Parts: sequence; structure tokens; C-alpha cells
Amino acid sequence: MSSQSPEFVWDILEPNLPLVQKPSRYIGCELGVVEPDWDKSANPVSWLLTYPDTYEIGLPNQGLQILFEIINEHPNAVAERGYAPWIDLEERMRTQNIAFFSVDTHRSASGFDVFAFNLSAELNYTNLLNCIDLAGVPIRADERTAEHPIVIAGGHCTYNPEPLADFLDAVVMGDGEEVVSEITDVIAAWKDADGSNRVELLHALCGIEGVYVPSAYSVEYTSDKPGAVVQSIEPQWPEAPEVIAKRTIADLADWPYPRSPIVPLTEVVHDRLNVEVFRGCTRGCRFCQAGMITRPVRERPAEQVARMVADGLESTGYDEVALTSLSTADFSGISEVVSEVMAQDTEGRISVSLPSLRVDAFGVDIASQLQNGRRSGLTFAPEAGTWRMRRIINKLIREEDLYGAVDSAFSQGWRRVKLYFLTGLPSETDEDTLGIARLARNCIEIGRRHHKSPSVTLSVGGFVPKPFTPFQWFGQNTVEELDRKVNLVRDAVRRERGIQIKWHDSRASQLEGVLSRGDRRLGAVIEQAWRSGATFQEWSECFDFDAWMNALESQGLTPEQFSNRHRGESEVLPWDHIDAGLHKDFLWQDWLDALDEVGLPDCRWTPCYDCGACTGYGIEHVVASAVPPAGGSQGTGQDLDTGGLIPEPAAVAVKLTGRQ
Amino acid sequence: MTRIRLKYSKYGKVRFLSHRDMAKVVERAIRRSHVPVAYSQGFSPRPKLHFGLALPTGYESDAEYLDIDLDPDRVGNRDPEVIAEGLQECVPRGITICEAAKVDPKGLSLQEMVTSTVWVARTGGVEEQLRERCSDLLKASTIEIEIERKGKQRREDLRPLLLALEVLETPTKESITPGPRLTFELGTKPRSIRPSELLDVLGITEPLGVRRMYQWTDSDATMHGPLGEPAPPSTHAKAPAS
Repeated sequence: MSSQSPEFVWDILEPNLPLVQKPSRYIGCELGVVEPDWDKSANPVSWLLTYPDTYEIGLPNQGLQILFEIINEHPNAVAERGYAPWIDLEERMRTQNIAFFSVDTHRSASGFDVFAFNLSAELNYTNLLNCIDLAGVPIRADERTAEHPIVIAGGHCTYNPEPLADFLDAVVMGDGEEVVSEITDVIAAWKDADGSNRVELLHALCGIEGVYVPSAYSVEYTSDKPGAVVQSIEPQWPEAPEVIAKRTIADLADWPYPRSPIVPLTEVVHDRLNVEVFRGCTRGCRFCQAGMITRPVRERPAEQVARMVADGLESTGYDEVALTSLSTADFSGISEVVSEVMAQDTEGRISVSLPSLRVDAFGVDIASQLQNGRRSGLTFAPEAGTWRMRRIINKLIREEDLYGAVDSAFSQGWRRVKLYFLTGLPSETDEDTLGIARLARNCIEIGRRHHKSPSVTLSVGGFVPKPFTPFQWFGQNTVEELDRKVNLVRDAVRRERGIQIKWHDSRASQLEGVLSRGDRRLGAVIEQAWRSGATFQEWSECFDFDAWMNALESQGLTPEQFSNRHRGESEVLPWDHIDAGLHKDFLWQDWLDALDEVGLPDCRWTPCYDCGACTGYGIEHVVASAVPPAGGSQGTGQDLDTGGLIPEPAAVAVKLTGRQ
Repeated sequence: MTRIRLKYSKYGKVRFLSHRDMAKVVERAIRRSHVPVAYSQGFSPRPKLHFGLALPTGYESDAEYLDIDLDPDRVGNRDPEVIAEGLQECVPRGITICEAAKVDPKGLSLQEMVTSTVWVARTGGVEEQLRERCSDLLKASTIEIEIERKGKQRREDLRPLLLALEVLETPTKESITPGPRLTFELGTKPRSIRPSELLDVLGITEPLGVRRMYQWTDSDATMHGPLGEPAPPSTHAKAPAS
């Protein structure tokens, strides 16, 4: 197909756009976009940065925007952006031989040197294949030749790159800011030298720290039988390291990106200015892969955050800014930044949002300062229904913290509270599950003290264990078990006025579990699911569980062997050759501690547990302030032994926040 | 309170922005260019912008209008043209502000005042057949069509709203896309119909391109545009009395 699609597709694409849904997805033209300069050097290395889901999901992705700018600043590189076309346009592209294209200059993907993907969700894997195929590039890495782009991926999913090993030429582990330039330089040298031998290039890429070339490794299994597990993963090339260590940028202050945030012309998710305030998290929630793999904590200096907010609002015209991180209320410069933004906003039209709110009155107090009267709803994530369970997952918030937060929210004008929970956690009993309903009932009771009809929405997701967490050895609950638990909660709140419940499709959780902790044998499964049309699997209307189960079965594999089975300490994990910065023995000890119901406070303010994240890189947590955050409860010196005392809702002493 | 009215054109890739998208784009452009816009009262103040009749997504236009209410405390003596120039810097390529003037804030809104809109469509197909179909249509006393509004089907007579319909000479110049072109004027009162609904009647389901040329009002005796643009004499001339 690549030979038939022209270098630029706009002219053949345009007549199709009036006939598809949301054509503005495909036009580019956004404000703030750096114009790619293809003439900056004689033979620049060109990158097509692709998010394998729709434009409105992919455009706000900050990683992609950051790399887009950094690559375009490189004297010898140019970057454009691509997003998965929706099914209606895809059909037209296939019948009319329109190749996968960039939205910046509508250039065919096959005209780029690097076809790079951000993988943030496992259910997007078939979309990755679809984008490659739409580009006219062979989906399997071993069928590509020098004329084809190098297919690279990065992002959280790639910490277990093995299910995609057949399709990716290279995988980038960790922060991309520095490594993209190193990859550019290696490719430039290869192009200048000869550029005809693809394997030579892959060998050279192996030498870059943080770059994993799957074809340089061979995997042995314990047997040919269906239940076999990985026995060994060994490098086959001299350049290939035995263990691939993730990349970590030491100081966020050196990377004030995106400098020119992209403002879409059409509706997207998270449609606001986003400013990253820190990377990493030391709360140590044991279910949270993001918190583990992005360690250590690296804060952006408060004055840089304030400047990025001010400049960003000025250049974009947004009236909302989100301060992003895994737990923004923990940002040591939060008060400084908030007062700075508020001082500049003389007309009171800017609202600041914190995507993740801490479950305590302090979090609500910050939210009330920021939201400028827009009190629609507040979201908290207690994650589990009992203190026992929360100690196991190390989400160390006490029931009184939650009630205090909820009381504070309802008393300050919010009418709707949303609570996030996981079910199917290690050693979860029905009492723990039903604790979710009990918390919800108590919260609605608190709400009635302040409003006639308060609302509490429960969002219940089935827990999916992820690599590089202490729960990576845990066997995920089956679809039936997750459904049973969700039904327990549903039945318990069915007659409660004001309580709504939403839950995640357990089958999607099951598939996510399989793809998260699977090995290379899943390559054939992903390919078969894609061939049977299972794309856009993140979209419930497209989700096709049967296609996946059929594909597994025809490969002689079962979901249980990847997802529902407990693993032992000695088993080789498919991602053992990747180093996310955490010592495996630390994770194993943390797993044992979890089963013993032992909590582990935040290490920023307590002695080091030697998880490996800091020591491995010769850097420590870069925290802008040495003082623990004000009003802290979770892990900041609270007495863990009293957390289990369940206060009666009526007796909660609500700490009023002085904003009367 | 001061109200300024802008006229702008919309060409090229940005024609795929919906009316809703445009509202957001304009709102952000206004903040970026520091237009001293007035805000509504209440919990979530919005800038006071008043859009005209929606342009269907995918259509181009020579004549879109937008009213902006200015905050009397901040407006100073800024000229509408200065405001328009500032705004032009902040809108995406393809949108060109071509006129700006103060209008009476107590006057009719754009949606109220516009009584007809003029369109040109590149239709594809054979010119002769198109001419025939147009002349049949103009001879008809009623043209019943099925239209959908807010999810409900209803029947409507298109004929009273069809004020003019003409096939233009096929251009011979190389710079203009060949193929027949159709121009038509549609009334907007009491309810407007969409250009696509007329084109459907003519059997044109996938036009190659449609552009709004003019918006007219007869609100005060003479035909003119919302910024006082004089209507060419030919307007309405081809509309047979119905």
C-alpha cells in the first residue's frame, strides 16, 4: 500500500472528511503547534509520534507533546503527530489506499524514519498493529526492511514489552526527554553511513541506555506444554545488555516542557492547560504501577511551575489549568503556586484543578481555594473499604480522614462526591468488599447534614496486578469473582437514596491482566485478535472479549496462566530483564508485608527502605521543600496502629479549615 | 455597553470545525488577544458572545458574523478594527476577519435579523441534468420534504424558503474547479432549512464543496448585510413569487 499512497495525503483525504464522524480530528491546525521544519538540515531524522487511540484521547497526552517539542528543537530532527483514525475513516482509507498520516502536514507514515508509539493502555495493542498496517508497513518487525520506518514504543505499558516483542523494533524504557536525541543521533549516523542494513541499526540502538531491542534477546520456556512459563531471557548480541535499565531525568527543572502547549480546535479529554509539578510518587500504594515505576520523586521548583502556569495561560487562552502529578496535594510548593496563580488572576476567571485529590480536609481546602465557585463534584480515592484492606494495599488513609474530607466537601458547597474503589485485591474478603458500601452509606449520611439530597457515586474497578509492583506475583480474580464482588456492592447499595454505582467491565480487566503480565507467546494472540477486527478495545462499544479468548485458545494458551495464577518467588517473570529501578527483593518483601497487613509510610519523611529507585541513579528525591506538606495524614507520621479504630460518623470531629 | 460585530470568512482545513468548536476557538482567541469582553454574571461567568446562524460542518463561508459585547469599564477608546486585528493574530489559519464595526447593542441579534442566506455549491454531475432538475423545482408550487430536528422527523414545505436557484456557467478558467456550480438563496423565517436538504431534493448527496456567500436581512425595508453591506440588485430577482 505504501507504494500507492502519495507522500502527502491531504488531497485524497479531504473528500472523505465530510462523510465521516468528527472530521476535525484529522485536520491538525492547532494553536501552539511548532511547525516541523524539514529543511533544517540536509537529511533530518523524522519521527512520527503516534498515539494509538482517537485524536481526542491522544492529543492531550503530555509525553507526546513534550517529545514533539524536544525532537523539533534538535538541529537534525523533525517530528509530526499521528492518531488512530476512527473505524469509519479507516474503512475509507483502506479502500482508497490512503496511508496512515500525520495531522501536521498530512504526510504518509512510510515517509518517516521513526514510527514511534505512546503506549499508555494495554487494550490499545491491536490499535498499534492497525496503525502500522495502515501505514503499509509489515506488522512484524522481522519482515521489515531498510525502506520501512523503525517502529519504536515507550510509555508505562512497555515496562513489560514482551507481548509486543514481535512487532516492535525497539522499546524505550522510562523518561524520554534525553533518550530521543540519542536515538536521533544513532539513526542519523546510520543514514549517513549507508542506511541499507536495518540489523546494523538495531545493533547500534542496543547500545543506547534504556533502549531495548526485542530481537536481540531469545526467550526459553520451561516446556512446549500450554502451561509452561518463561525459563530464561538471554541477550544474543554483544551490544545487548543483560538488563535494560530505565532512563530517568534527574531534574525536572531542566525540562520545562511543553513550552508551547498545543491547543486543539475541537473537543478533547482534559481540555485545559496541564503543568506537571512532579514526577514519581513515594506514597507506596502497592497496587499502583505508575507510583512504582516513576520513582524517585522529582519536583519542579515552585517558581518554575508558577511561570509555566502564567505563560501557558497567556499563550493558550485556556481558563483552566491542571497541576498534574500522581498526588498533587503532596507537592511541597503547592501553597506558593496556588497563591501566585490566584494573585495573578485579578478577574477571578481562572480555575485550577488537581486531577488527584488527597483524601483529607487539607485536600478539600485546597480544592475550595482553586475552583472559583464551580462546585460540581469532588473525587476521592479511598481504594478499599476497610482499614485492613487499605493497610494491605498501603493506601494508609483512615476512615476519619475520608469522613473529614467528605464532611468538609459537603459543608463547603459541593453536592456530589465520587469515590474510587478497587475490588479483587489480595486477600480481600466479602467483609472488605462490603466495606465499600458501608463507607458510601456513611458518606451520604454526612452529606445529609448539609444538603437535602447529596449524591455519592461509587466507581468500582476490578484490580489488575501490574509488573514492578509488589502485587506482580498475585493471581488476579477471575471474571466471575470480580462480577460477584461488584454485585455484592450493588446489592448492598441498591436501595440507598443518593448512592449511584458504576463499575468496570470485568472482562476488560481480565484482558488487561493477560496483556500486562504476559510473555512473547501473546504476540500471535494479539495479531489474531487484530485480524479478527478487535480494534479500539478501550471503547466499550468495540470491545470484543470473545475474539481474544478465541485467539488465546487457538494458540493453546489460557488467560489463567498469565493472569489468574499466583506466582512464586523463584519463577522467572517475563519482564525480569527490565530494570524499573526497584530491587526485586524489595518488591518481594513488600508483597510479604502486604500479606502480613503491614503498612509502609511515605519514605520522603521517614528513613529509606532501599527500594532501589534513588540509589540506583545516584540521585535522591528532589524535593523543593524539606518540610512535609501541611495537614498531611497519609504516611506523614500518623499512628498507623490507631487507623483501624472506626469512628462513628456522627462523632467525627470535622476540622474546619478557617474559610468561614 | 458596546457591541461590535465581526465578519469573517472560513476556508480550507478549518471548515471541518463545528459551530461548537468555533465557539470555543473564538472564546480562547478573545482571552489570548485580551479583547475587553463583557462577562455574564453568576457562578461560571462566560464571555458575552453572540453567534449568527450555524454554518454546517465542512462548509466554507465568505460571510460569518459574530457579535462581541465589550466591558464598558475596560474598553477605553479601542477601535473595533484594532480589536479585530488583535483577534486575527489569535485565530487558526483559514479564518480571516474582514470587517468590524460597532452596532447597536439594543438592535436585533444576528439570529433574529438574518432573513436569507446565499450559497454556492460545487455539485459534480452533468450540467444539463442539473439545469432540468432546477427548473422543475422552481415550477413546483410545493416541495414537501422530510426533515429531522432534535431527533424528530417532520414534514416541511421547502418551496416558500427557496428564494433563488440557478446553475452558474461552467467556468472555463483553469484556476477554478470544473463541473457545474449551483447558487441558491434560502429563507430563514419562520424556520431555516439546511442547504443539504435542498441538495438532497436535487439528488446531490455528496457535494464537492459548499460555501456560504452572503447573509441578508430585510429588517428595515431594504436588503442589506448585517454590517450594512448593500445587496446586489440581482438578489431575490430570480425568486418567483410563490
